[in-house]
Amino acid sequence: MIYLGGWEEIGFGLFRALQLIFSGDPEVLRITLISLRVSGTATLLGAAIGIPVGASIALRRFPARTLLISVINTLMGLPPVVVGLFLYLMLSNFGPMGFLRLLYTPEAMVLAQLVLVAPITAGVTLSAVSNVDARLKEMAVSLGADPLQEVRIILREARLGLLTAVIVGFGSAISEVGAIMMVGGNLLGYTRALTTAIVLLTNQGAFTEAIALGIILLGLAFAINILLTYLQLRTKAGLFAAETERHHPVT
Amino acid sequence: MALRNASLSVNKGEILAIIGPSGAGKTTLLRLVNLLIQPTSGLILFNDVNTSGDDKHQRSLRRQMSLVLQYPALFDTTVFNNVALGLKIRGCPETVIKEKVDNMLAVVGLSGFEKRMVKTLSGGEAQRIALARALVTEPKLLLLDEPTSNLDPKNVSIIEDIVRAANTKSQVTVVLATHNLNQAKRLAQRVAFILDGEIVEEGASKEIFEQPKDERTATYVDGRMIY
Repeated sequence: MIYLGGWEEIGFGLFRALQLIFSGDPEVLRITLISLRVSGTATLLGAAIGIPVGASIALRRFPARTLLISVINTLMGLPPVVVGLFLYLMLSNFGPMGFLRLLYTPEAMVLAQLVLVAPITAGVTLSAVSNVDARLKEMAVSLGADPLQEVRIILREARLGLLTAVIVGFGSAISEVGAIMMVGGNLLGYTRALTTAIVLLTNQGAFTEAIALGIILLGLAFAINILLTYLQLRTKAGLFAAETERHHPVT
Repeated sequence: MALRNASLSVNKGEILAIIGPSGAGKTTLLRLVNLLIQPTSGLILFNDVNTSGDDKHQRSLRRQMSLVLQYPALFDTTVFNNVALGLKIRGCPETVIKEKVDNMLAVVGLSGFEKRMVKTLSGGEAQRIALARALVTEPKLLLLDEPTSNLDPKNVSIIEDIVRAANTKSQVTVVLATHNLNQAKRLAQRVAFILDGEIVEEGASKEIFEQPKDERTATYVDGRMIY
């Protein structure tokens, strides 16, 4: 018998992945949907928080700005297990947020991913908005834009960077395992996501199934990134076209 | 570049050229007039109205002016969206915007360019779009900061014709900052010479170029100034 190292496992894993996908395995579907729901929600919430925060820091000058940028840059590299541990202690029955009864729920997983995703989205947004040509910012003002219009114009100019922020945020969320394992508990049918299932299967020595789920996870991330990249390219020509500026009459 | 002793007036409907070497303060002067920066002292009047005040007041005055920079400063979108931006900011209805943008593109000789992305434009075309964006809002005052310094002679001529037409037909007052003396001679009725942040001399174009009173002006317009 020829020993192929881990390659035969990968080969079987690929075959098994196709089998699971095309057979519509209900457990895999459930795990995939939990992953999508948790990471999708965390990404959206992360964008809702991170984009305004990143843009505000990029566009305004205030005394603690440099300190805040350093904090965001540091938070971008937060170790997931540390976040998991912190939230576990916060959400435990004896913790200050224990009364919320969120531990081992999908909501706790969203919260954990949100803590990781929001700084990443904010950091990438900050960079994207800061990189908009200062002369364009000044031109928006020169054209008579009010502060709100100015922000909208600049954000539109930075739109590709903003979509990148969302893509990076989603990538970070969907691939995260440490934090959601700790606060989600990996409960089958409730908080078991693709990444936590992979860890469990690997620990059980079920490498073929683990690889199959890994391939599904990669495929999922790839499909969503393709969609977002397509959106990036499609919106490239869409600046200002889809909507009319709000009226801001000056009396 | 800080300005000092920069007392200067522009008459309605005229073209005033501000000439001077690079770094003399021409751009700073235009940015002050456009209310993009605030003077540390002194007063700027626009149509006899004091421009100092809150954001709303300054924005209402700024919306009566337009600025064209040496670099076209176009947004990464289509030609139409760029030209329309000032009108959209002012809340014009879409039908009016469409009509005005179409007319303005015809004025700058770029009809049919509406859907082109600005990145595909040549330098001359981009600057004409920047000029169209500035003129489409029908400003009372047009501020031009070295608008043709990077352009070939043909585009320089086209831009100058558009500026001249806006001035004569629409009575747009123009302040042109340039170190191109021939352009100042061709376009301006009055000229101000600025050096090291100071207005050295101002007067009728013929006077400044042929009989300057100040020695520094004479040195500059004769091309003898080393800077």
